[in-house]
Amino acid sequence: MSDLEVKKEEAVQAGPEPKKRRRWTKDDTELTLLATPTFIWYVLFCYLPMFGVIIAFKNYKITPGASFLTSLLKSDWSGFDNFKYFFGLRDFPQILRNTILYNVAFIILDIVLPVLFAIMISNIYSKRKSKTYQTLMFMPHFMSWVVVTYFVYAFLITDKGLLNAMIRAFGGKNVNWYFEPKYWPYILIIMHIWKSIGYSMVVYLASITGIDSTLYEAAVLDGANKFQQGRYITLPGLKPIIIMMFILSVGHIFSSDFGLFYQVSRGANQPLTPVVATFDVKIYQMLTSNSVSLGKTAAASLFQSVIGCITILIANGIVRKVDRASALI
Amino acid sequence: MAREKKMQLNEGVTRLNRIKPATNAIFNIFFLVLALVCFLPIVFIFIISITDNDVIRRQGYQIFVTAETFSADAYKYLWGQRQTILHALWVSVYVTAIGTVLGVMLTSLMGYVLSRREYKLNGFMAIVVFIPMIFGGGMAASYMVNSQILHLRDTMWILILPLAVSSFNVTIARTFFRTTIPDEVIESAKIDGASQFTIFSRIVLPISKPVLATIGLFLAFGYWNDWFQAQLYINKDSLRSLQAMLNAMQNNLEYLTKNPTALLATATDLKRNMPQESVRMAIAFVVAVPIACIYPFFQKYFISGLTVGAVKG
Repeated sequence: MSDLEVKKEEAVQAGPEPKKRRRWTKDDTELTLLATPTFIWYVLFCYLPMFGVIIAFKNYKITPGASFLTSLLKSDWSGFDNFKYFFGLRDFPQILRNTILYNVAFIILDIVLPVLFAIMISNIYSKRKSKTYQTLMFMPHFMSWVVVTYFVYAFLITDKGLLNAMIRAFGGKNVNWYFEPKYWPYILIIMHIWKSIGYSMVVYLASITGIDSTLYEAAVLDGANKFQQGRYITLPGLKPIIIMMFILSVGHIFSSDFGLFYQVSRGANQPLTPVVATFDVKIYQMLTSNSVSLGKTAAASLFQSVIGCITILIANGIVRKVDRASALI
Repeated sequence: MAREKKMQLNEGVTRLNRIKPATNAIFNIFFLVLALVCFLPIVFIFIISITDNDVIRRQGYQIFVTAETFSADAYKYLWGQRQTILHALWVSVYVTAIGTVLGVMLTSLMGYVLSRREYKLNGFMAIVVFIPMIFGGGMAASYMVNSQILHLRDTMWILILPLAVSSFNVTIARTFFRTTIPDEVIESAKIDGASQFTIFSRIVLPISKPVLATIGLFLAFGYWNDWFQAQLYINKDSLRSLQAMLNAMQNNLEYLTKNPTALLATATDLKRNMPQESVRMAIAFVVAVPIACIYPFFQKYFISGLTVGAVKG
């Protein structure tokens, strides 16, 4: 069912219903009981951390003998000092640039390539072949980044890697992949696409199959060629899902796939750090380092969450302006 | 019969609207190459894992394996270390099984409650589920809560609980319940005196198997592939899953030899006997291959879940 239909259905159901104050019934009690376990989960794992962010505004000091919470509450307020530390980091502009640029590249490629591939594969004569390609291309999606790192290692490791063997076969010289920052933007982008292409292609393909086939039949009778059909039927048909994927990925523009950036680069160490470090990598490094306080790390990750939330709301707002029915919220 | 006729008719138009045979051939080659690029790495690491260690040392990783370069040393070695590996496998299976069952329960309960429009707190619960979709405390705050307040460090629960519920899955469940279970069924059950517990367990769950399977699969693959929780919270070797073990072995191939078995004497002996290069890839292959064999059978549930999930929250 498409977004539009659901919205319509909701509008129909919600529209005529008057705002009446109903009494609390036995039904409500039972439903509350059913919801309680999950509700508790949300409180513990989503809402406690949200209130835990006060540590970002504190100068956390351990009170001897007291529990963590008491120490936290007894610590002095530090205002925005922790945030100033993060913004003042020498590599802050770098990680900001990396995070945004990688995400912009991902957003564009994640829409253009899968849509293009989905349209192409939907035109292949043999459905069995098409299914086989899809299945094979889906595999990377199910591999963890740790496993993928081993794959990449087999290709890139300098003296034994397959890629250098190929370069040597063509008369070139060994490249020290893990020590050459200039190649890494490409490596990371390729790995991202490699891992996600099968999955995103299938998402778009599912929508293409959902497009009413009579539209194409009518278009054929009107003499439309394949490109015109794609331009005037397929792409408009895909618009809602493209917009939704777009909002979702724009909302995540300040976060990054930690596994990709940290694992594939084997720890994001020097000399690769300047090109592979993103917010998530930096926050992880701050979190696991002994010299950075928890408050400073929390400030960094709170900044990331807040700015992410703002972007998702802005993106949604713009989409709502352009096309109300496609908006997410 | 009528359906067949309609299909034949469609077939005719489809035939008319096909791409040119040459284009078809080009597309086929294109996707064949893409498919191989996606799939071949796992074949490569298998070939590397059965190549003789000395050959690798001299000539690098090989794309083909011949009778001369073949060696099963890596797998013999892993067999010698089976205690460590089997323990890690057990942790993976245990976490995946418990986590999936727990996650499906929590998700479907909340999904069902949200699907009941007449529920008084529906709006409130919907907001509780919705907010985490766009805002979270962040990695550091979660770390602080999990380790300092809930004291989950180095326990099995840290591998299970944080991954059990996601608002995305809850939304899938809610949408499914809303669209496939007619209100009349539930109303009539209520008139017959059924409580919400009975309705949920006797009516809703049995007819919701497809969506439960989809969510269960999302969760199961998530748990099986998780290494991040272990990296952040686990120091005990006894709580390392396969993925965590593979992760630990990246920088420290000797991880396997940390727990010497009775078969081979000392750690130094073990290190000396290890066919380093091929073992690295053998273990990666052992971790990757179960998923690579299983996923084609579950693929369709993933796709159906994705398309259901493509409905807004």
